[in-house]
Amino acid sequence: MINRVKREIPEEVRGNNKVFTGVHTDCKVVQRTAPKVRPIKLDEEKWVASIEEVIDKLNLSDGMTISFHHHFREGDYIINLVMEAIAKKGIKNLTIAPSSLTNVHAPLVHHIKTGVITNMTTSGLRGELGEAISNGIMKEPVRLRSHGGRARAIESGDIKIDVAFLGVPSTDLYGNANGVKGKTICGSLGYAQMDAKYADQVVLLTDTILPYPNTPISIAQTDVDYIVELDKIGDSDGIGIGATRFTTNPKELQIAELVKEVITKSVYFKNGFSFQTGTGGAALAVTRFLAEEMKSNNIKASFALGGITKPMLTMLEENLVDTILDVQDFDKEAAISLGKQERQIEISASYYADPHNKGAAVNQLDVVILSALEVDKDFNVNVMTGSDGVLRGAIGGHCDAANAKMTIISAPLVRGRIPTIVDRVNTVITPGESVDVIVTEIGIAINPKRRDLIASLSDQGIPIYTIDALQEKAYGITGKPKPIEYEDKVVALVEYRDGTLIDKVLQVKQ
Amino acid sequence: MEIINQSTSGTLESSDIQIILGPNKQGIDIDIRSSVQKQFGEHIDMLIRKILSDKMIENAKVLAVDNGALDCTIQARMETAIYRSIGENQRVDWGVVE
Repeated sequence: MINRVKREIPEEVRGNNKVFTGVHTDCKVVQRTAPKVRPIKLDEEKWVASIEEVIDKLNLSDGMTISFHHHFREGDYIINLVMEAIAKKGIKNLTIAPSSLTNVHAPLVHHIKTGVITNMTTSGLRGELGEAISNGIMKEPVRLRSHGGRARAIESGDIKIDVAFLGVPSTDLYGNANGVKGKTICGSLGYAQMDAKYADQVVLLTDTILPYPNTPISIAQTDVDYIVELDKIGDSDGIGIGATRFTTNPKELQIAELVKEVITKSVYFKNGFSFQTGTGGAALAVTRFLAEEMKSNNIKASFALGGITKPMLTMLEENLVDTILDVQDFDKEAAISLGKQERQIEISASYYADPHNKGAAVNQLDVVILSALEVDKDFNVNVMTGSDGVLRGAIGGHCDAANAKMTIISAPLVRGRIPTIVDRVNTVITPGESVDVIVTEIGIAINPKRRDLIASLSDQGIPIYTIDALQEKAYGITGKPKPIEYEDKVVALVEYRDGTLIDKVLQVKQ
Repeated sequence: MEIINQSTSGTLESSDIQIILGPNKQGIDIDIRSSVQKQFGEHIDMLIRKILSDKMIENAKVLAVDNGALDCTIQARMETAIYRSIGENQRVDWGVVE
C-alpha cells in the first residue's frame, strides 16, 4: 500500500497498522490501557541486593517486554548491565522498548545474535547497533517511534511493558525518585515517567539512596516494585556528547544567522512567543543569536520546550524566557539547573508530545528549529538513515515538534560530498506538510503552501530559493549520488506519532 | 607520460583525497577506499581513469583514500601526484598546467 508521502508499506509487514494519511489525527476517542498492580504488604521492603536477584523476583521469562529510558544518553550503563544479567539467566525472545538507544549500546548486537532480544522499539539507533540492524541481523523489523509516539503507544497498549528497568540518580528506599539529586544526575526523567506509570513491574536502579521522602518526586513510590543499588548507573558527562558542540564553523554560524533572520522577521517574533531548538552546533548558535535579538527588541518568550541546553538556561536566568518545559536535559548544566530553578519544569513524554492526550506542549509551540540529515523536494525530512542508507540517527521529538506554527529545518546544503537537499529522502521521518522553511548557508526555501510566509519574508534581505533550486545547487557541487542498493528485507518500520506507518527501512546491500 | 617513481599527494582530512601513485607493469590498477563509496565510488574510479588517460598514462597503480573530496579536489590531487611521479618536476611549466 502506498501512503500519503508516496512510500510503499508492504502488506506482509503492515500487520494491523494503518498507513500514514496526514498530520491531522482523527481525534476519535481512544481507550487507554492500565498496568497490573501487585499490592505491597504492610511490612514489605523494596530493596533488593542485585540485578540477578531482582530478575528472579520479577519472574522475568521468555517473550516478555522490558523497557528502559535514555536520559543518560551516551553515558548510560543500565541497559548493558541489565541485559548482560538477563542473558546469563538464559532468558530469550525478549522485546526491548527503550525510549532510545545510543552508540554505547553496541553490546546489544550480541544479545540479538544469541536470541535474547528478538523484537525492538526505539527512537534512535546508532553506531554498531544501527549498522548491524541495517545489515539484517534481526528477523522482525524494529519499530521506530518518536518520543510523543512512544508515549501514545504505551498509553494505548501498543507497547505493553512487563518490566521497566529505570536508572534513577536518586531514590529513597520506598521508591520516590528524581534526576536532580545523587552522584550521577540526568535532570528530567520525563520519558521514564511513562514507563513508571504503565509497566506492570517497575525496578529502580540507583547509585544514591536518600532518606525518605526523597523529593522532588519525579517517579512515585506508588508505582515502584523494587530498588537495586549499583556502584554507578552512568556517566553524567555522557549526556552532552554529540549534542552540545559550541560551533566556530563559519557555515554553521551563517545558517544560524539566517535562521535568526527568518524568526525575527516573521509575525511570530513578538512578546510571549514560544520556541524549541534542537541540538547540534547551528541550533545552539541560533539560541544565542535569538537571545541578542530579543534583548535589543525588548521581546520575551513565554516558554521554551524540548531537550534543554545551557544557552536556554542563560535565557531563563536573563528573564528572556519565562518558563522552560523540560522533558530531557542535553547537558549536565541543564540537569543541575532543573533541581534549582523553579521556572524550569519537568514534564513527561506525554505532556511534551503525545498526539492522543488532551493537549501536548508541542501543540502550543510557535517556532521550532530542527535539524536534518536529508530534506527532499517535497520538504520531507530524514533524521534516521545516513546517505548510505544505514540507520544512524534518532527520531526524537522531530515529527512531534514539527507541527509548530513555523517549523524551520536548518541544514547545510552539502556535507562533504553528500548533498543534504535531495530528490527523495532515504527515509521519511517528518512529512513535508508539517515543514515550513528550510534554511541553508546560501539561503532559504519556503513550503509553497505557506503563502503567508513567502509574502512576509520576501524583500527582507533573505535570499529565497525554490526547494528545486536548492536541490540543483547541491547536486551542482557534489554531482548526482548513485542511488543506494537495498535488499527486499524490511529491517525497520517508521511510525508517525499517531501510530500510522510513514515509511520503512530496508536492509542495505553489501 | 610514464610513471617512474611512487608519489603521494593530498591528506586524510575530510573533503580531501590522498593519492598514492606508482608504476605498474601493465595497465591501470585503481584501489579506492572512500567514505562515499556507495554513492560516488564508481564515479571517482572513472574520473581518475580519465585524468590518467588525458595525460597519456597507460600504466599506473593508484591507491585513493577519499574522505568526500569534490571532483575539483580529486583533479588537483591527481595532477600533483602525476607530476611528482614522472621524475621531471623541474620541467613542468606550472604556469600552463590546466
